[in-house]
Amino acid sequence: MAMMSETQGSSFRLSMLIYDTRYRSITIQIIFLFLMMAGAAWLIDNTLANLAEKGKDIDFSFLWARAGYDINQRLVDYTNDSPHWVAWVVGLLNTLVLAAVACITATVVGVMAGVLRLSNNWIISKLMAAYVEMFRNIPLLLWILVIYAVLTEITPSPNQFRGDNPSASMFMFDSMAITNRGSYLPSILFSRSLGDVNLGLLTVGVNSLVLIAIIIASVFGYRALQHSAAATQESTGDRPVTWWKSLLILFGPLILAMIAMGAHLELPVLKGFNFSGGLFVRNSFIAMWLALTLYTGAFIAEIVRAGILAISKGQSEAAFALGLRPGRTMSLVILPQALRVIMPPLISQYLNITKNTSLALAVGYMDLRATLGGITLNQTGRELECMMLMMLTYLVISLIISGSMNVYNNSIMLRER
Amino acid sequence: MKKTVFVGALTAAATLVAGAASATVLEEVQARGVLNCGVSTGVNGFSAPDSAGEWQGFDVAICRAVAAAVLKDPKKVKFVSTTGQTRFTALASGEIDLLARNSTWTFSRDVDLKFTFAGINYYDGQGFMIKKSMGVSSAKELDGATVCIQTGTTTELNLADYFKTNNMKYEPVPIETNAEAQQQYLAGACDAYTTDASGLAATRATFADPENHIILPEIISKEPLGPLVAQGDDQWADIVRWTLNALVAAEEFGITSANIDELSKGTTNPEINRMLGSSEEDLGGMFGLDKEWSKRAIAAGGNYGEIFAANIGESTPIGLARGLNALWTQGGLQYSPPFR
Repeated sequence: MAMMSETQGSSFRLSMLIYDTRYRSITIQIIFLFLMMAGAAWLIDNTLANLAEKGKDIDFSFLWARAGYDINQRLVDYTNDSPHWVAWVVGLLNTLVLAAVACITATVVGVMAGVLRLSNNWIISKLMAAYVEMFRNIPLLLWILVIYAVLTEITPSPNQFRGDNPSASMFMFDSMAITNRGSYLPSILFSRSLGDVNLGLLTVGVNSLVLIAIIIASVFGYRALQHSAAATQESTGDRPVTWWKSLLILFGPLILAMIAMGAHLELPVLKGFNFSGGLFVRNSFIAMWLALTLYTGAFIAEIVRAGILAISKGQSEAAFALGLRPGRTMSLVILPQALRVIMPPLISQYLNITKNTSLALAVGYMDLRATLGGITLNQTGRELECMMLMMLTYLVISLIISGSMNVYNNSIMLRER
Repeated sequence: MKKTVFVGALTAAATLVAGAASATVLEEVQARGVLNCGVSTGVNGFSAPDSAGEWQGFDVAICRAVAAAVLKDPKKVKFVSTTGQTRFTALASGEIDLLARNSTWTFSRDVDLKFTFAGINYYDGQGFMIKKSMGVSSAKELDGATVCIQTGTTTELNLADYFKTNNMKYEPVPIETNAEAQQQYLAGACDAYTTDASGLAATRATFADPENHIILPEIISKEPLGPLVAQGDDQWADIVRWTLNALVAAEEFGITSANIDELSKGTTNPEINRMLGSSEEDLGGMFGLDKEWSKRAIAAGGNYGEIFAANIGESTPIGLARGLNALWTQGGLQYSPPFR
């Protein structure tokens, strides 16, 4: 065959596209590309044709119309007079807050459970195994519903705090109340207000901004102190005593500023139907947070365990030989190396948490899915537009998370020389 | 070559889609042999499965009547449970032919969402239910209350408007289904539960201690509930509309499930004869059905009054009075245009 094609010179036959290995893969790819494009075109055309037939168009102007419904948990200024796009932002922020706190706690729970599952203590390792298997193998939605139902059924209603001999009482010197609607916690108020700044959707007290600025400055100061201490240690071999300076830098300015602004605690008080004052954390949020933490924590535990097992035993033996205690061996030798194995799958788990927040509607937590994809969609009847916007939003959030986590991942990757 | 085949298949598929779309809903339902009817996920008295798994209720009766008229068998209904969130999408996409799920007739649903309301089978209004022990006697005293609402409903918007006009604050607890709302309300996670007054009565009837819960006197909105169909097929909308009218007219003329066979042999009232198909005129033929369509619709569950009494009337645990839903001849609003 090879002889034949050579004798025939450079003549090109159509069948060569399939039978000649030089062209075959390209042919298949082109055909596949055409099929894909035709499929996409058909989907889009079909959608548009069907929408046109029902007399519907694609129109995003509803985003500027009055929303008309109320949202219980809102981090920016929102009333039922606000337009739908603000409701979208409110839902988005609720999603982000939930995802952020759940990522942090799930990581903490996961790392602890993963390390403890490798413990030599039989009871602890088996307990952790039980935790991991239980949470990993039952659907998340069920956990959310179970935790929510438990929170609703076993905690007292605000009504039970009433009267001379109430059947429920508050915790921590009457500063906290746990009810079946949520937990009421004390919040910090300032008697000398420095006014508010209006940042478009958000009204922020200047007091809080000042405090945040002080905290950031303190952290920088602390790092500078540590840096200079490390430099001294490098040059002289003695590490200067820094603990009281650290404490002073970290907390001194903060406490002074709070005293200056007249900070005091505002305690929740039973008034009317509910407690008022203080900070209100809704049960829907707590249920979502707990469920996401425990469920994803189980997956992270397995990732951490795999990461630790991937580090050769020689490393810990070498560390023990140097006289490091087991705790320090783990934190100084094993975990930093395991981190390189752990990080990539951990990013997927963070993405999972973010996407799983969309189950929040089951317990009435007003996330993106409940505002834009739920009430707005329902009241305006713009299914396709809302769904597309929602998908786009989740896509963008996820890409941002994986992008920034990849930057971190690259920074801890093994540098090969 | 491959491409050509594919394009050919594409054209064929497109023709198929177009062909399916051009059939009327009536033809589709008759070809399918079963009516897809959207109902709630379970509101006692209106639409809920009984202990044998058969759907029963006031809204279910509409589905059965339409099935009887169109398919000659009230049992040929496939009930599709829809939540407040999914109902309109289900109807718009053609997953269901008819939605009978205590849905309020509003301008934007009729015009913007492109539905046609076939009539009003229950005149309702939004109310509040609260535990007696809370000592509240008026909705005006609900300032600061936590209120459970079914999300994706008109009640959500009415609630926002009501508290705004009365300058009161509240904490909304959005909930997907009636059953969940009931559980939250009973656990005390919300002080009050708001939905249509009929829905409140139906929910209260399922409580272990209905006497400890009151429905506040304020009705904060008009909620005309009725069956609806997708816009664009007037023949189908007419069939549903006149099936509902036939039930109301039957009560007015005293046609009941007991005497319908007797009356269909012919009476001195020509309108009854037209409705029951014993006259020369063929009303059913005008929208593609036979002469006895309304006779079957009425026979399926009785006339409007019988359906009301059997499912939600005063002798049932739900115990709703006819009120606005009495016939126009008895001071109510139920009124059917003439069968002529």
